[in-house]
Amino acid sequence: MRIEDHPILSFSGAETFTFSFQDREVSARKGETIAAALHNQGVFELSRSGDKERGRGLFCSIGKCSSCLMKVDGVPNVRTCITMAREGMEVEKQDGFPKVPTDVPELYPQPIRELNPDLLVIGGGPAGLEASLTAASAGVDVLIVDENPLLGGQMIKQTHKFFGSGDQEAGKRGKDIGNDLIEKVEDNPLINTMTSTSAVGIFDDRVGVYKNQEEFIKVNPEKTVVATGATEDMIRFPNNDIPGVYGAGGIQTLMNVNGVKPGNRVLMVGAGNVGLIVAYQLLQADVEVEAIVEITPEIGGYFVHAAKVRRHGVPILTNHKVVRVEGKNKVEKAIIGKVNGSGKVVRGSERELDVDVVALAAGLSPSYKLLHHGGCDLEFQPELGGYVPKRDKRMKTSKEDIYVAGDVSGIEEATAAMLEGTIAGADAALEMGKGESREEEVIKDSMEKLNELRAGPYYEDLRAGLTEVEK
Amino acid sequence: MSEVDRNTQGWRSKGYLDAKTVPLPPTARIESGPVAVIECPQEIPCDPCSENCPVGAIELDEINQSPRVDGDRCTGCSVCVETCPGLAIFVVDCSPDEGCRITLPFEFDLPEAGEEVAGLNRKGEEVTPAIVESVKPRDQSTYDTSTVTVRVEEEYIHEVRNIRRYE
Repeated sequence: MRIEDHPILSFSGAETFTFSFQDREVSARKGETIAAALHNQGVFELSRSGDKERGRGLFCSIGKCSSCLMKVDGVPNVRTCITMAREGMEVEKQDGFPKVPTDVPELYPQPIRELNPDLLVIGGGPAGLEASLTAASAGVDVLIVDENPLLGGQMIKQTHKFFGSGDQEAGKRGKDIGNDLIEKVEDNPLINTMTSTSAVGIFDDRVGVYKNQEEFIKVNPEKTVVATGATEDMIRFPNNDIPGVYGAGGIQTLMNVNGVKPGNRVLMVGAGNVGLIVAYQLLQADVEVEAIVEITPEIGGYFVHAAKVRRHGVPILTNHKVVRVEGKNKVEKAIIGKVNGSGKVVRGSERELDVDVVALAAGLSPSYKLLHHGGCDLEFQPELGGYVPKRDKRMKTSKEDIYVAGDVSGIEEATAAMLEGTIAGADAALEMGKGESREEEVIKDSMEKLNELRAGPYYEDLRAGLTEVEK
Repeated sequence: MSEVDRNTQGWRSKGYLDAKTVPLPPTARIESGPVAVIECPQEIPCDPCSENCPVGAIELDEINQSPRVDGDRCTGCSVCVETCPGLAIFVVDCSPDEGCRITLPFEFDLPEAGEEVAGLNRKGEEVTPAIVESVKPRDQSTYDTSTVTVRVEEEYIHEVRNIRRYE
C-alpha cells in the first residue's frame, strides 16, 4: 500500500529489513514505524479489546490514543505508531488488558539519571521549536523532549502551503517551514533534543521523562514550556472502534510521513480545515474520496480549501452525518444520512457508501493532562477546543515556572502556535534573567502579529474564548 | 460586494462559487491580454498574492480583506497563480487571433504539452475537452506550485477551473 508517485513528496526506497509479527516475517523500510510497516503489509488489526473481543487498529498515529498498543519484544502497551521498526524485533498482537511484566529489568532502572537544563520544552512541534529557538537566542540552555521519533510535530506532514502574512513565511509548505525549524534547532549548540521520549509527569519542580522505553530520567529545569499539542476527537456511531476508522490527522501521518496509503476509498467526516486539507491530500496520494460529510449547514474550513476538493468532484454534503460503519474486522462500508435541524437523521435519507476507510475530522482537543498533573489552573472553553490552561498574555500559566504554547493552549493554526512559542520562550528567558530589551521587542512584535492573525470574522469565537482564559 | 452579501450566494455551504458571482474582469480586458481572476471571497488572514505581485495589481487594504485585481495594472504574469496558498487564482486570456487560454494551479500528475485533457468546472464536472498549451512544473516555479495552461473555447473561459488527464 505504498505511495509510488506523489506530486509533492518523494519517498526514498530506503533499505528494507524484516521483523517478526505473530508467526510471520514482515518487511519494513528504514525509518518507519511498526504500525506503518504492518499497515503496508495489510495488517490492520493490531490488538483485540479485553471483554468484547473487538479488533483495534491505528487511529491517531501520533502516540496519543492507545488504539495501536502491541507487545514488542515482550513489553506490552507499546505505542506502535510512534515506535520505529527495528530489524529482528518481535511484535505480537495484544489480546485484552496486559499484565505489567516484572521480568524486564530495563523497565526498572536504577539509579535514575538527572538533567538540569535552564528550560525544558515538552513537545517539539512548531510551538515548542520556536520557544526553544527564541530562548536559546537569549543564551538559555534548552532541552526539548518529544515522544515521536521525529521532531516537527504535525508540521512535517503538512504538504499544503500556509496562509498568513508573507513576512511570516506564508506561501511556504508547512513541511518546509517545519524542516527549516528542525534544522535551526539541531544546529543550535544550546539546544539538546530527545525524541522518542515521553514526559510522564510534572512533580513539584521536576519533570519525569521516559526515554526510548528504556530509561527514566529526572529533569530539573528552571522553567518549563508545555507544548504538547492536541488530540483528535472521536465521535459516536456504531462500530466507530473497528480498524479502518482513523483520525484524519492519523491518515496524514501514515500517508505523508510514512508514505503508506490508508486504503482505497475514503469517507471524510467533517468539513473543517483538517477534513478539507486531508481530503485533498488523499487525492494527491491517488486515493479516492467518496464524500465529505458535515453535520452543520456550513463548511467550517476555509472556502479555498473546500473549492480545491470540489473542483476534483468530491461532494461536500452539509447537514449530513455518518450513521454507522459496517464491516467484520475492518470497515467495509459506511452509512450516511441527512440530518434535520435537531441533528436527527431524516427518515429515508440514509445511503450506503462503498468505502474501506472512514476518516474523522470532527475537531481537536488540547492535550492538557500534563498541565493538570502539574497543578496548572484549567478552564473549559469550547471555542478553544476543550480544557485549556489559564494563562497571561505572555503564555505563563497559573504556575510561576510553567508556560504553554500552541494547540495545548487552544486549537489554532500553526502560525499562531509559532508566535505563542516565541512569546513563551522570550518571557521564560527574561524571567531567568537571560533576555534583554530585544526579548521585550520580540514579545511585543509577536503579540501584534497574533492580534492581526486573529482579527478577521473567521476568528470571532476564538477571540471570545481567549479573552476568558487570559486572566 | 461584502462577505455577507456573497454569503447569500451560498459558497459557505456549497464550497464553490457560481461563475456569475465571481468578480470577473470585463470582456474587453480579457480580449486585450492575460489577466488574473481571484476566487477568494472569504475574509481570512492571508496576503502572499498581494505581497508578491510584481506590478502591485492586487489590492488588499489589510490582511483579512478579500483581494481585488486592478485590471489596468495586471499583466497576467501568473506569479499570483503560483504563490496563492489556497490555489484560488487563475489567469484568463482571450487575446485576438490566439483563442482563449486559462492558466491554473495543478498539484497532480502533470500532463504534457499538446495533450488533450478534460476541462472540469468548479464542481469537478467535465464541461469541455481542453488542449494543454504549456506546463510549468514545481521545480521551475519561483513559488513551488506547478501550473498548467490550457486552451478552451471562449464560452468556457469562466467555467473551466481544473483539468483531468484522460486514462
